[in-house]
Amino acid sequence: MAESNQFALRIITPERVFYEDEVDMAEFNTTEGEVGIYRNHIPMTMIIKSGVLTITKGDEKKHAALHEGFVEVLQEKVTILAEVIEWPDEIDVARAEAARDRAEERLAHVDEKINVARAEAALARALTRIQIIK
Amino acid sequence: MASMRDIKRRKGSIQSTQQITKAMKLVSTVKLQRAKTRAEQSKDYFKCMYDTVTSMLGKAGNIDHPYLKAGETGKKAIIVITSNRGLAGGYNSNVVKLITRGEFNKEDVMIYAIGKKGRETFARYGYEIAWENSEMIEEPKYADAMKLSSQLLEDFENGVVSEIYLAYTAFKNTVSHIPTLLKLLPVEVESNEEAKEVEEDDNIPMNFEPEDEEALDMIIPKYVTSLIYGGMVEALASENGARMQAMDSATSNAEEMISHLSLQYNRARQGSITQELTEIIAGANAIS
Repeated sequence: MAESNQFALRIITPERVFYEDEVDMAEFNTTEGEVGIYRNHIPMTMIIKSGVLTITKGDEKKHAALHEGFVEVLQEKVTILAEVIEWPDEIDVARAEAARDRAEERLAHVDEKINVARAEAALARALTRIQIIK
Repeated sequence: MASMRDIKRRKGSIQSTQQITKAMKLVSTVKLQRAKTRAEQSKDYFKCMYDTVTSMLGKAGNIDHPYLKAGETGKKAIIVITSNRGLAGGYNSNVVKLITRGEFNKEDVMIYAIGKKGRETFARYGYEIAWENSEMIEEPKYADAMKLSSQLLEDFENGVVSEIYLAYTAFKNTVSHIPTLLKLLPVEVESNEEAKEVEEDDNIPMNFEPEDEEALDMIIPKYVTSLIYGGMVEALASENGARMQAMDSATSNAEEMISHLSLQYNRARQGSITQELTEIIAGANAIS
């Protein structure tokens, strides 16, 4: 029975096929909020926001930092087109922390030169990376 | 007939040229392998991206979105992907010909150059070079493509450019590379093949979250970026493929010339020996 509750998850980036397997559940963050996808979800296309991607397969859970892209959900197949995605062991903590500090500082002293949206996105990315390591 | 020494010298020079072309062929073969693997790895992404965007646009047919219609005033932006180095046969000139063969007015065109060769040629022809970055073709990075596409989209939104094209060499297989001109924006969904695909997809109604228009806002830039990146990756593979072919034929031409010259050289050598002998015999006869 466990078999029939699984769906095919494919995560692809411009550089490589990041992940491809049958899984039970995928959770991630979209522009509309966090979602969890099981098999037989209605077909849907969503835009990804920086957040932790959790893949559940049996008793095993896998995490990855997912930053940009979009998801195409079909009943038995989910395709994540990710621009930036990393496994925890690929993340450079020091760099993420530096990026967080820089983004926080920028947001603290907002003036015309600073692109707020970009700084916020950078902060979100850095926080996701730090969160996933811990 | 050229003297023996001349022939020998000529042969030597061709031989050393052949060594160079042979080495270059080996180098580009290795590079081609790498670029090819890369192109194949990223193919999936572009296919998915293309399918998604096509099916979205197929359904969202009547949306009045700035990315889907041409501005009135602006110029035509053409991204030209060529190589930084020559000796690749017709690789670079074929891409340039796509643009110079007459569909575009020189005054209406702004060139966004990736690759030195294309930039130099267009600068010489008097085209306007709006932007250039020749480094990024050496090692295509998604981040670089993103920079270019965000600049282009900004220009597009401000009305500086009204249409965006991409000229690159598509990599079909190791021996076949096709110079291609692709319209990026406004996005067009017209050809029959695409329409068919859309129809098939219609069996499953697709929902969008957020709504179509917002989703388009976010997906179109990604679409443009991925096409630019894909263009770079394929162009790099094609460049090395073209260079490999060019160097291969140069090597075999050199081979041919060398064998021709060897024949001439041997003939000349034999001729000189015969002549010497005749002279000696004639001399001996004269004495006796």
